[in-house]
Amino acid sequence: MLEEVSAVDQGDMIINIGPQHPSTHGVLQLVVTLNGETIKKVEPHLGFIHRSIEKMCESLTYRQFIYVTSRMDYLSSHINNHGCALCVEKGMQIEIPDRAKVIRVLMDELTRIASHELWWGAMAMDLGAFTPFFLSFRERETITDIMEDTCGARLTMNYIVPGGVMAELHPDFQKKVKAFIKLFREKADQYNELVTGNIIFQSRMKNVGVLSKEDAISYGCTGPTARGSGVNCDIRKLYPYEIYDQLKFDEVIETGCDSFSRYLVRVKEMYQSISIIEQLIDNIPEGDFQAKTKAVLKLPKGEFYTRVETARGELGVYIVSEGATTPYRIKFRSPGFSNLSALNHMAKGGKIGDLVAMMGTLDLVIPDIDR
Amino acid sequence: MSAIQYIKDIYNAVKSLLIGMKQTGYYFTHHKEIITQNYPEEKQQLAERFRGEVVLTHDSNNEHKCTGCTACELACPNGTIKIVTKFELTPEGKKKKAIDKFVYHLELCTMCNLCIVACPTDAIKMDQAFEHSVFDRSQLTKVLNKPGSKIMEGVE
Repeated sequence: MLEEVSAVDQGDMIINIGPQHPSTHGVLQLVVTLNGETIKKVEPHLGFIHRSIEKMCESLTYRQFIYVTSRMDYLSSHINNHGCALCVEKGMQIEIPDRAKVIRVLMDELTRIASHELWWGAMAMDLGAFTPFFLSFRERETITDIMEDTCGARLTMNYIVPGGVMAELHPDFQKKVKAFIKLFREKADQYNELVTGNIIFQSRMKNVGVLSKEDAISYGCTGPTARGSGVNCDIRKLYPYEIYDQLKFDEVIETGCDSFSRYLVRVKEMYQSISIIEQLIDNIPEGDFQAKTKAVLKLPKGEFYTRVETARGELGVYIVSEGATTPYRIKFRSPGFSNLSALNHMAKGGKIGDLVAMMGTLDLVIPDIDR
Repeated sequence: MSAIQYIKDIYNAVKSLLIGMKQTGYYFTHHKEIITQNYPEEKQQLAERFRGEVVLTHDSNNEHKCTGCTACELACPNGTIKIVTKFELTPEGKKKKAIDKFVYHLELCTMCNLCIVACPTDAIKMDQAFEHSVFDRSQLTKVLNKPGSKIMEGVE
């Protein structure tokens, strides 16, 4: 598994990509060893945006620590919050109302679409197409508006609390989501035409960054990155939480193992999310949006672990409790970190120009990797 | 690679590019779909629940609903709110707790809404104001209760 670090031969060049580089999508530094144009080694250097979120959580109560996790994977902040709330509810054995479950899943899927749309635009921009970036941001705006109406914020929502959600849905929620579904169906096909069918785009993606199924498993890749290599790893299917076991949707799996398969997985996942939203939007059960919980939450002594499927892969939340109002230790298993670890393997032997395509299809969010 | 394949590839490439260019052409001839705004001149109507800053609501008699219970102070993850209390004499001669200063550190606030949820008397709420840039950081520390304000009748 461990690959030997070859000494730098004569004629090799070591260059830095990042930490200030537009295609690293944040402060990620890659030290790349090159032989001519061929990549010999990629070494990611992390820590530029480390905020010690795990340590911070130890001084916050079980209600308070959830908002910090929005700052990890800020593009799927709602799903991060969801994972944390699930873990606290598991420890407290809180049964949450059906309405809250449905609202949470609806918001999760909207977040997933927003995240994938942003990724789609950024990905196309990395490969030199500028228009998709604006198009995807315009469509994503519709979702952020929906989020703003109901949750009160556009990116770091903090809408989930242990026991349910923070507030009732906005009266216009259903109307706006339906308008969005209509808009999405209309535009997504056009955008597929614009980018997916494009010959330049395809030839820059196909057979680039090949990650075999075995490697994807052994590097711990999850989410669309692993599903592009044919790994069956959707947490929503394998370990269903909330109401995912009652919903009809397909786990998108592509077996091409290259960047283009990973691209297709994300594009198809957006359609799956839309179909989940369509199933739920007219069937939001009546009732409370929040279960009655104690004013001060105290988890019993023990260890609790839950996992959720974020837009990037599996997020694990591990809480060790000593029975106090604050957690003794919190550990987040973030999807980006494991996905990034496969980059060296994928890039080796490839060309430096393709590195951007590989990084793009890993969908890296640096605050998620560093925490 | 045969010559036919070569020509075929070129044909397919040009075709896929033209399909993409159709979109570009559409937006070139449809100016009405421009969605950008001239921000400082035109301002968007923000959502009702948009979280911009915490305010203590006062009515026309300069009365607020804050009892000084410090529930918001305890709920805040960042130490944004500091409540200084004092004791006031009621007309019956009893001592009663009241707020002296409701100090709000906007520079520490992350707009998580936990204080609003915690407030038992709905005294505080989130306001839509979002243009908070000032030249000096100390200007962001605000005292929310207006001078001379007092607690509303009947709020315990």
